[in-house]
Amino acid sequence: MAEKTMVEAVRDAMFEEMKRDERIILMGEDVGQGGVFRASEGFVAEFGEDRCMDTPLAESCIVGAAIGASLNGIIPIAELQFADFSHPAFDQIVSEAARLHYRSDGTWSCPITIRTPYGSGIHGGPYHSQSIEAFYAHVPGLKVICVASPYDAKGLLKSAIRDPNPVIFLEHKKAYRAFRQEVPDEDYTIPIGEAEVKSEGSDITLITYGMMTHHSIKAAETLEQEDGTSVEVIDLRTVSPWDKERVLESVKKTGKALIVYEDNITGGFGAEVAATIAQDAFDFLDGPVTRVASPDVPISPYSSILEEYILPNPEKIAEAIRKLAAY
Amino acid sequence: MTVTREATKTFGLTEKQLVEMQYKMLLARAVSVRQRMLQRMGRGPMTFSGEGHEAVQVGTASALRPGTDWVFAYYRDVAVALTVGMTPRDILRGFFARRDDVSSGGRNMPSHFSHRDLRIVSGSAPICTQVPHAVGAALAAKLRRLDEISVAYFGDGATSTGDWHESMNFAGVHKLPVVFVCEHNNYAISVPWRKQAAIENVAIRAAGYGFPGVTINGNDVLEVYGTMTEAVKRARAGEGPTLIEAKTYRLMPHSSDDDDRRYRTREEVEHWGAKDPLVAYARQLREIGVLDEKSEKDLNDRVNAEVDEATDEVEQEPTPDPASALRHVFVEREGA
Amino acid sequence: MVTVKDISGAAGLNRDQLLELYYKMLLARTVGQRERMLNRMGKGPFAVTGEGHEALQVGTAYALKPKHDWVVPYYRDIGVALTIGQTPLDLLLAHLSRESDISSGGRNMPSHFSDPALRIVSGSAPVATHLPHAAGIALASKLRRVDEVSAVYMGEGGTSTGDCHEAMNFAGVHKLPVIFIIENNQYAISVHWRKQAAVENVSVRAEGYGFPGVTVDGNDVIAVYAAMKEAVDRARKGEGATLIEGKTYRLVPHTSDDDDRRYRAREEVEEWTKKDPLVRYRIWLKEHDVAEERKLDELHERAAREVDEATDQAEKAPTPKPESALGHVFVED
Repeated sequence: MAEKTMVEAVRDAMFEEMKRDERIILMGEDVGQGGVFRASEGFVAEFGEDRCMDTPLAESCIVGAAIGASLNGIIPIAELQFADFSHPAFDQIVSEAARLHYRSDGTWSCPITIRTPYGSGIHGGPYHSQSIEAFYAHVPGLKVICVASPYDAKGLLKSAIRDPNPVIFLEHKKAYRAFRQEVPDEDYTIPIGEAEVKSEGSDITLITYGMMTHHSIKAAETLEQEDGTSVEVIDLRTVSPWDKERVLESVKKTGKALIVYEDNITGGFGAEVAATIAQDAFDFLDGPVTRVASPDVPISPYSSILEEYILPNPEKIAEAIRKLAAY
Repeated sequence: MTVTREATKTFGLTEKQLVEMQYKMLLARAVSVRQRMLQRMGRGPMTFSGEGHEAVQVGTASALRPGTDWVFAYYRDVAVALTVGMTPRDILRGFFARRDDVSSGGRNMPSHFSHRDLRIVSGSAPICTQVPHAVGAALAAKLRRLDEISVAYFGDGATSTGDWHESMNFAGVHKLPVVFVCEHNNYAISVPWRKQAAIENVAIRAAGYGFPGVTINGNDVLEVYGTMTEAVKRARAGEGPTLIEAKTYRLMPHSSDDDDRRYRTREEVEHWGAKDPLVAYARQLREIGVLDEKSEKDLNDRVNAEVDEATDEVEQEPTPDPASALRHVFVEREGA
Repeated sequence: MVTVKDISGAAGLNRDQLLELYYKMLLARTVGQRERMLNRMGKGPFAVTGEGHEALQVGTAYALKPKHDWVVPYYRDIGVALTIGQTPLDLLLAHLSRESDISSGGRNMPSHFSDPALRIVSGSAPVATHLPHAAGIALASKLRRVDEVSAVYMGEGGTSTGDCHEAMNFAGVHKLPVIFIIENNQYAISVHWRKQAAVENVSVRAEGYGFPGVTVDGNDVIAVYAAMKEAVDRARKGEGATLIEGKTYRLVPHTSDDDDRRYRAREEVEEWTKKDPLVRYRIWLKEHDVAEERKLDELHERAAREVDEATDQAEKAPTPKPESALGHVFVED
């Protein structure tokens, strides 16, 4: 057991998997020197340039070649330097990776992991801050994971790498070095599709993921201390397939659901959670299913004044909890 | 190129193999024609003809090792599929969207060939997305130190895409065992080559990626075969990729939904019809005495019988179970 | 066709122009250094600058007609922006994300130049997405029958992208008045050119698009200017596109978030520092009696003063109003 940052946990997960299974390779821009966030630090020394491969600047081909290699006995981890730069690969991800198994009636499959730093709050401006999970959660054939904690990152990345399906693994960049957490040294996995109750409560169910998990926990603590309101914070961790049972079980207990996500509110993944709760837990609800998210403005402007105005934070979340609790 | 016995010796082809190539071209033609007829009769919704492309496809595919080399075809490549080892039944099951369609169980459009054992990889419709896959499979072969190569087939329109450029560059940088085959028929549906690119031969672009490119007569099956053999040899020897640009012509419209009278003159089509690769090759084989009137007729009869039988059988075969539409979204097992 | 330009003479430039080139290069260098300093002092969270690239940026931009020709730069192009007519104040307002930042009102990262009056087109961070834009702008110029030229700038890493290929092919087919300038500094962050492409000079690819490509010494401002002038003349005459590859070197890390010691030897950086385009041009100016030491020193002082004043002004300028974050999602009329 050791205290690790999230980027260290990501690194450990990849390192251990690559040692365990020589079919696994990492490919992407700048991964050779260790990656712009140091997620592949020391990999070339350990695994060589063939298994930690610097690619040309070409996102569509990075994903496309990863798909091709995965057909022929390699298990690629394709790193896209920032989620904001993943869009040229959208066709390869949606038309190809997601559909290959289905369109070939189960004969071909694509065991790739596409990992990329995502999320806002680090003065990244409009092109180093985007959330992309909604685009891909919408596509059958892909699994989508959003992590913002070291323990979750290591366990889920291992599961993603071992999964025979294409997985989009989103690492919230603000969480990369923001804090440390106990992470086991030994091998462990967290099942894909399993949410985690980060703090238990009885008055309100708060469903969230990514950095918003940390903001939500802070907001929940405030409400507990100041109002005595008890909030159950559930971190989805896997956005697709998401843990409906866990969430519905909690909402049936509390009767009130608040969904918090960093992405733009309209069509963001939380909208899917809200629709499901409204339909499947209707009889248990004592208040409107509510969302806290960024307004429909490109995420996110560079100036911290503007960025802070846009993004959800503990204060905005606390206010929403308060309002829902009072309903 | 005139076929002489010396030439065939150079390529190391036996008479049987020479005839086999004609047989495959005839079979591909017959399968294409049959699908067009069936579609016009309303017995299948859609078809993509490969008529005119047979020499490129058979000539290149004949130089491969089925089940070892990786084939990334596009929707016009019926002759590639048949040469590597798919059968008329396989193709027609795709056309009729039958339950036992090996390509996709009726899920993908017809002519989206796929066969796991033959290493024909399932493709899609967006243009050129398969070419990065070919590069990746070649990368894997290189990393795993396997004696396998990849072939990527595409039309001239595909060479304008980002995926094409990125693939060519990646393959060049990593010196991968992949052969890029451009079936240059001068049209991307209705858009003629002069509106697609400002150069005559796309093969000149290969130099910009650090490997050789060659332009050949795609309607001469032996020239194609010879060129492909060289490219395969290079790849297998670790010398990296090659771009083969084979000039040919699509004798039919792009697909059953296309009316080519809107963008091509009948004179042009007839002009190329006179250069039909099947007719030209048959003439060559007769000239060197490998085929005569009787054996040629027998070959044609055999092809027609095969396609008739396949059509009759497959048309009677069961359609997919509707609920099967929900299956295979994800791999339903542990481990990769 | 790849040629190496070696101009003896001054490409038709007079004394004032030669000194103006020098001044713009100085200004670009000083602004770059100032931004990095402000970042180190914690005043601006991010800096991406172009020290080392000045000759290539200033030399090419100088051959354009500001406010007439279209300029589509990338994030390293401080020298281009200043040559076309932006001021150190413009750039520092963006660096400090002030309300009056003309490029974006503090919304875009610094060095994402934009100035509608100068026809500098707003860009983003994804690499090479602006190349198709430049081709499209040139298409419009051609359709409207105006003699505008588009100049688009990019690093050599961008040449591996699909967008680069599609834009160049499009420009070739339609014989568009666009000039593609590749600032080949050998590194895409940490990835060396030999891992980026399997050719020595990317300019060879121009032939595959049906227009000329030329490789120049990107640290020779006059050679650069001459190559660009030729390309601009071609474009204006309706003869189509050109690719100019300028070989240069980035004397600083990629951005303030990059540690280049991880991928470049100090010896290599020192070797290129000796070839600093500013120093080289300064020597050339003296050798050709364009100016004396004293005059050149004056220019240094002037540049320093200009940047100092701009820094003060920018630091005092108001920050954006928070609720302005919601504006301009759509055109509001």
